[in-house]
Amino acid sequence: MKTVIIDYGSGNLHSAAKAFERARRDSALDGEIIVTDKPDIVAECDRVVLPGVGAFADCHAGLEAVDGMEEALQDAVVNQAKPFFGICVGMQLMATRGLEKITTPGFDWISGDVVEIRPQDKHLKIPQIGWNTLDIVNNHQMLEGIKTGPNGLHAYFVHSFHLEASNNNEVVARCDYGGPVSAIVARDNMFGTQFHPEKSQKLGLALIANFLRWNP
Amino acid sequence: MSLKARIIPCLDVKDGRVVKGISFVDLVDAGDPVEAAIAYDGAGADELCFLDITASSDNRGIIFDVVRNTAEHCFMPLTVGGGVRELADIRKLLNAGADKVAINTTAVKNPDFVASAADKFGNQCIVISIDAKCVSGEGEQKRWEIFTHGGREPTGIDAVEFAIKMVEKGAGEIMLTSMDRDGRKSGYDLALTRAIADAVPIPVIASGGVGTLDHLVEGIRDGHANAVLAASIFHFGTYTIGEAKRYMNDNGIPMRLN
Repeated sequence: MKTVIIDYGSGNLHSAAKAFERARRDSALDGEIIVTDKPDIVAECDRVVLPGVGAFADCHAGLEAVDGMEEALQDAVVNQAKPFFGICVGMQLMATRGLEKITTPGFDWISGDVVEIRPQDKHLKIPQIGWNTLDIVNNHQMLEGIKTGPNGLHAYFVHSFHLEASNNNEVVARCDYGGPVSAIVARDNMFGTQFHPEKSQKLGLALIANFLRWNP
Repeated sequence: MSLKARIIPCLDVKDGRVVKGISFVDLVDAGDPVEAAIAYDGAGADELCFLDITASSDNRGIIFDVVRNTAEHCFMPLTVGGGVRELADIRKLLNAGADKVAINTTAVKNPDFVASAADKFGNQCIVISIDAKCVSGEGEQKRWEIFTHGGREPTGIDAVEFAIKMVEKGAGEIMLTSMDRDGRKSGYDLALTRAIADAVPIPVIASGGVGTLDHLVEGIRDGHANAVLAASIFHFGTYTIGEAKRYMNDNGIPMRLN
């Protein structure tokens, strides 16, 4: 089993790769974790991870700058239905459009826009930085064995924008930050988290292990 | 609101070794930053901070290995500061496994550097580290001035005004150290912390002066900070991270306890 983490010049690949490697080892799963910027390697993989840090438009431009990568990604995820895990901006790119700084098209896998979070409580700071719990909207196979809810495990968020999904059934979890904020979205073989599983200790490693076993 | 306040142990790293002393019970080598990071990870720290205080530019590269090794073992957020002068420095730290980069002297010398860094890497990973000292006389309205080069050089710049300017340039967070309190164990400068936290829309990390667990509570409750940073009370084992988090939680500050 080959899991690729797509390298398109957007930060924190090392920690993502290490977390996937660790989760694989801890669960005694076979296979390799490969960080790559080569579309042909994406084409022959079994699972795809798209990380992303920074602004939506910059990440989108970074992905476009890798010749053939967006096509390889669309083919692997949409045509071949390989399990996909988008992290942070990698999750936001699943949306129809990103409205950070300028309007930028996303993959349109999850219908909705990426918009600024606007907490009702004006004292709350933006970005949301820190550990928050997950409120499950629609249960998902990927959450198996993970304790969620107000007394559950925490996930690490660092973001100013979030994916406002048009279809409630494509939202798996939200967190509360002066109002509901999208934490996990999913559809078919596609799964994305606004928080960073590679930085979320116990919850993160459990989620990654579930992804490596996931058969959507 | 279920976002929790954060406790951030901070390690000063010089030439790849922890300085200021550290005496965890179960560490084989107390000076190794990666071992210290692993201990804090296991203890439930919410984030880690490395400040590279290496003086010679020859040894600047060592911190990248420290970050890389830490990211191999610790799956938690990591902020790294010290000697960040160019966009390439930030790129290298992020690629090694840092999540946020703290900028101090360069932000004062060239505020537009902060803007280009935020554009390139996103506001969320740009932490502005401010070292401030009270400069107002007795009976005067309180004023704080920022200092650079590890607190050695005065700048004449007002700390609150500078913090606001940094937000305009795209800073995502402020790490605020009171030079009057640093190392004194008499508590954070709450007036300073509150002045800046109330003036900016981004999170503020209080730093400098922690001696007791009540100081941590005060930093959040009275200083209006979103996170508290401490070094010696944890390094020397005066309190554990777990004790600190439970104490804060018991005193009305929601903390992550699992």
